[in-house]
Amino acid sequence: MASFKPVKVQTIPKLGERVTEDTLYWKNYKAPVQIKEFAAVTKIEFSPLPPHNYVVTASTRIQVYGPHSLEPVRTFTRFHDAAYGGSFRGDGKLLVAGSEEGLIRLFDTGGRVALRQFTGHSKAVHVTSFLSDGYRVLSGSDDLSSRVWDVASGTELNSYTEHTDYIRAAAASKLNPDLYVTGSYDHTVKLFDVRVGGSVMTMQHGHPVESVLLYPSEALLVSTGGRYVKVWDLLKGGQQLVSLKNHHKTVTCACLSTTDNKLLTGSLDRHVKVYNSSYKVVHNFDYATSILSLAVAPDDKVIAVGMTNGVLSVRHRKHTEEKQEVLGKRRRNPAYRVFIKGKNYVPKQDDFLVSKTVKQHLQKHDRQLKCFQVSKALDTALEVSICIWRRFHKPEVTVAVMTELNRRGTLKNALAGRDEQSLTTLLNFLIKYVCAHSHIHAREMTHEYINSNIIFILCISLNVILGDSNKLMRLLQRLMELLGREAELQQELLQVLGILDTLFASLTPRKEVTGPAVPPIMQGSQLQAA
Amino acid sequence: MLPSKQRLFQERPAYFSKTMFLLCASGDLVKVFSTSTEECVHVLEGHTGQVTGVILNPTNHLQVYSCSADGTIRLWDFIDGILIKIFVCGWPIFSIYTQVSKSVFVSPENFQLVALHLPKVPEQEVEAREMSAVLCNISSNPGSTAMGRGGEYVASVMGRQLTVYFFKKLKTYRFSLKATDKKGAKNAFTCVACHPKDDCIATGHEDGKIRLWRNFNQKKEYTYSTQHWHHDAVGTLCFTTEGMHLLSGGVESVLVQWHCEEVNKKDFLPRLGGAISHICVSPDGQMYSTSHLDNKINIIHCSLKLSAVIQGLVKGNIWTDLMIDPRTRALVMNGRPGHLQFYSLQQDKQLYSLDIVQQEYINQEGLDQFEVMRAAFSVGGTWLATVEERGRCTSDLESSLKLWVYNEKAQSFELNTTITAAHQDRIMHMCFSPSTETTMLVTTAWDNQFKVWLLGLDSDTQKEHASWSCDYVGSYHGLQPTNCCFSSDGSLLAVSFKEVVTIWSSDTWELLTTLCQPPGPIRELCFGRLSCSKYLLGTTAKNLFCWNLLTCSLEWSTPMDVCLLRSDPLSENVVAFSLHSGNTDLFVFRPSEPRPLFTQKAVCGGKVQRCVFSPREEPLDSCDERFQWLNRSRLYFLTELMVPLLVDDSVAVTPFYLLLGKHRQQQEEKQNSGVSQAADRVQPPQASVAIKELLHTPAHVLPAASFLCSMFVNSLLISNTGKGKEPAEQVEESEKEEDDSEEEMETHDYEQEVRTQGSVEEAPPLLSKAEEKELRRVRKTDFSWVTNLASS
Repeated sequence: MASFKPVKVQTIPKLGERVTEDTLYWKNYKAPVQIKEFAAVTKIEFSPLPPHNYVVTASTRIQVYGPHSLEPVRTFTRFHDAAYGGSFRGDGKLLVAGSEEGLIRLFDTGGRVALRQFTGHSKAVHVTSFLSDGYRVLSGSDDLSSRVWDVASGTELNSYTEHTDYIRAAAASKLNPDLYVTGSYDHTVKLFDVRVGGSVMTMQHGHPVESVLLYPSEALLVSTGGRYVKVWDLLKGGQQLVSLKNHHKTVTCACLSTTDNKLLTGSLDRHVKVYNSSYKVVHNFDYATSILSLAVAPDDKVIAVGMTNGVLSVRHRKHTEEKQEVLGKRRRNPAYRVFIKGKNYVPKQDDFLVSKTVKQHLQKHDRQLKCFQVSKALDTALEVSICIWRRFHKPEVTVAVMTELNRRGTLKNALAGRDEQSLTTLLNFLIKYVCAHSHIHAREMTHEYINSNIIFILCISLNVILGDSNKLMRLLQRLMELLGREAELQQELLQVLGILDTLFASLTPRKEVTGPAVPPIMQGSQLQAA
Repeated sequence: MLPSKQRLFQERPAYFSKTMFLLCASGDLVKVFSTSTEECVHVLEGHTGQVTGVILNPTNHLQVYSCSADGTIRLWDFIDGILIKIFVCGWPIFSIYTQVSKSVFVSPENFQLVALHLPKVPEQEVEAREMSAVLCNISSNPGSTAMGRGGEYVASVMGRQLTVYFFKKLKTYRFSLKATDKKGAKNAFTCVACHPKDDCIATGHEDGKIRLWRNFNQKKEYTYSTQHWHHDAVGTLCFTTEGMHLLSGGVESVLVQWHCEEVNKKDFLPRLGGAISHICVSPDGQMYSTSHLDNKINIIHCSLKLSAVIQGLVKGNIWTDLMIDPRTRALVMNGRPGHLQFYSLQQDKQLYSLDIVQQEYINQEGLDQFEVMRAAFSVGGTWLATVEERGRCTSDLESSLKLWVYNEKAQSFELNTTITAAHQDRIMHMCFSPSTETTMLVTTAWDNQFKVWLLGLDSDTQKEHASWSCDYVGSYHGLQPTNCCFSSDGSLLAVSFKEVVTIWSSDTWELLTTLCQPPGPIRELCFGRLSCSKYLLGTTAKNLFCWNLLTCSLEWSTPMDVCLLRSDPLSENVVAFSLHSGNTDLFVFRPSEPRPLFTQKAVCGGKVQRCVFSPREEPLDSCDERFQWLNRSRLYFLTELMVPLLVDDSVAVTPFYLLLGKHRQQQEEKQNSGVSQAADRVQPPQASVAIKELLHTPAHVLPAASFLCSMFVNSLLISNTGKGKEPAEQVEESEKEEDDSEEEMETHDYEQEVRTQGSVEEAPPLLSKAEEKELRRVRKTDFSWVTNLASS
């Protein structure tokens, strides 16, 4: 004996992106904090030491923020023109920045006055960085040269003028104090070795390079420029590993997350994209304006993004402790063992088992359908979707019950003998959902909807004639109007589809179908036959 | 040629005996089932016509009477499965009723109820012609006549009249109902049952009412009370043994238990299966059984708990192809409404029934419900695709394509993807790609398109959520596609559009070539297998074509009206059924040559609708030359009558066959003109008990090989000493040996065995006495010289 089969409520598959672990991880940030700077934020860098302050370069100022403070911890205002590329030393105690004037200044994070000033560049210096030994500073300038400076004496050690355009990106190796990478608007990325005294590797990016980034292992190099993000394998002599084209405007910045070394890129198209290890976009952050700079704090606690309108947007990661607290407060329900009580008993060897029939739990409309109470079942189904609480709205249940009634051939019976009140409810439901695309994603579903409802409307119109009520008449007219509009829309959509079809047909190359041309393709089957 | 007892129960009532056993008529057999294990314990065979009634002997509960359309009544001992007596009546008998005091009542051909006196003579076969008419013009339905309280009276219904005949008074009372009631209800009687202890008759009516009649021994002052629950005609009625309850059932498939004391109280047992055709109660009242129209018997405890189900091959409308489940090797086709049944041909029972529609089935006539129309298995049996449809008659067709994946843990199919309205119109044909790399399904439909469905290519981490989606939609000049077929390596897809066959590459979905051979639309398409995989076969109403795909030209064609074309998945052979002057001819050929390997004229009458190759467990090694093509698989086919048949390789020459000395005629595909059977199956030789023992004993325990060899060789010598006598001779012999009853029983046994060979039951034939003697003699004689010869 089979048990009663409840009405199958058709669930619509959720369209859009699939929820993965990555999306969950990257969604777990609080709403961004906005800090207004004076001009476009060109560079953000986190201190490698806790508490991981970060330095923000914007306009003539270089400001250091604490991880949670909205006010700058320290501000350096020594530059007369725009400052560029403020960056920390490996111990977080010194700070270096270039400027529009061609000067490079060195600051103590505790002090205010510039400790050193390197002069020599004839044009603006856009990137500065410490080499990993901490005693030398590298700089890249618009005068086509990249130079290495000695911190102790404040003198220039090396100068290389190999690029043919502005140098706008540089990265120093963390493992070797003599290596650094520069990226330039001449579409190349060059790896310099101070010991050799020149570039040892050149990679063609193909677009003006906006930023370069070395992986911690320093086997991989990331360069961004134009719409492309390219990853190079340095151990293979600068071979291009992958070229990504996920942004639709120039990619201005790139950085790595500290967990799993996920690559993040920011672009003028206002998006920050997160890639997984196989370079597929797994998450996307949207911002208000074009992004110029991007940095991620160690442990991914903070994501700081600087934009062209001078807004610094800081996202903090949600704390896991907070969640647990909330759970602790809310624990009012009975404990798990209350439910499990007596159910996890394992029978012993000699026990005599008396099985108890498992009672099938049915929804209310299913119970009524089981007893063939069609009218009541329809009422129950309608109640579900006219409920005051929006989140209890389940129009799909109502539709499923209606379809089931139609299948049973009892739809007319269910509609017969209704008063004005219940017919109004029904009509209101139809008006609300007959063209509700937002609720019903799949087009097929909509089709089905109308299909079953046509019969419906016929039945109702019969009732209305008998009822002769003004209110119902008005509702019915509205419904008809809606249906008419829906039909028009469908027709238009079909026309568009036809236009698209002709377009596609003209695009695909016509292939001549000839008999003798085919045999080579048949080789496979011939081989198998043999 | 029957894969199963083709009419397993076939609307025949089932009867209990002692709660332990359940008897039911099935074709020309009577089957004894155990109520606890659901197993078939015995098969009582001997009738040559359809068994129409089975009833327990009221004087001896270990015996049972069965009557048949062949005009005999047989008395059986069903515990041991022995035939005790045959009463030859002379007329086809349609039902049988008994009475303790008197003799048996039968209703012979012209629908009379007659009392038949069964003579008490020691002979086994008795002429019983002493009969007296009781009632004439009764209904042919056995449920419309019932014996009342200890056989005092008999009640019969016909049309709107209830007739009661009292044996003692020799009086007949007739009670009529008005033609129409107030509400225009239909008043005709459908069935009748008599209270076992009380003077009370219950009648069921066309409009679902049940009337309880009392005081019916008077012409005028009779009374009746009316109960109404069934919404359709009452199918059957039955009182329990003590008369406490009345059981009724009908189309609703609900067993209703009415309490005779409290009229308004009733219990229900719903959703039992198909329409209930018969209810019976065990003699001690502990068990009820309901027989259903879908070839099913439910055994129900008296507390209305289902205790056992005996399910046969469900015979309904078959829309799907016949298929073989690659895993279980079960035959798969439409079963209960909205289900697919998996029927094991080896074990001859239903393995399970897969619910495809997953909706409550409403037992109501004329309701348009979802039905499984198409089904297809992937090559490994991992995927099952089904198409269900509703609204075929009306314009608004609802259909959905479902894809099921086999779950190893649950050992059954689970729903993976449902695609509602996969096509705009009806799906005509679908097939899976045989290639192992991609899981691909192609559907062709009436909306002039064929669609390719692919299993979603998800990353490895989300494999469990992989679902199917449409990959390609193809069409050809707005023509309607009919058939589709993949080549054996899955690289090519052939789709027929009316007269044109199009060949598509399954990698790029490019149209590679078209083949056309007018006139007439293509009916069937089929690729060759193995060494013939370069050939494509197609049929039209007049011709059979074979194209070579390497040259894209017609290899050969032959004028032939092929109604069905199938290729054997395990060999190159292709079978074609051709309708010729009312009969269907069978042709087996290889696509490489236009000459048939095997032909069989008039395999069966009528058109063959479906057929399927079922792979054998292990290929036969030695076989008749003509039946070589059946070495690896068997061929089953369905005719218009929806009777499954099997083309069998009637005889295989095996050592056992020789040892047993069975000399049966090579009667392949012999047709039996009986009412019930459309054809008879010739059974492959079975090992005797002795041989089985010989084979199943471990080798180290067996006597020396030389000894066995000698036995074998000896059997060759004695094989034609006339052991395989015709059954007719045996009967004559048994008639001669009247005195020695024991001897008679034994010969009778033998006779039965001989008949067994003609039927499906796989009981091992026993050796006759003479044979046994011969064997014993052989064992004693030393034939070691043979082995010496053999070894030298």
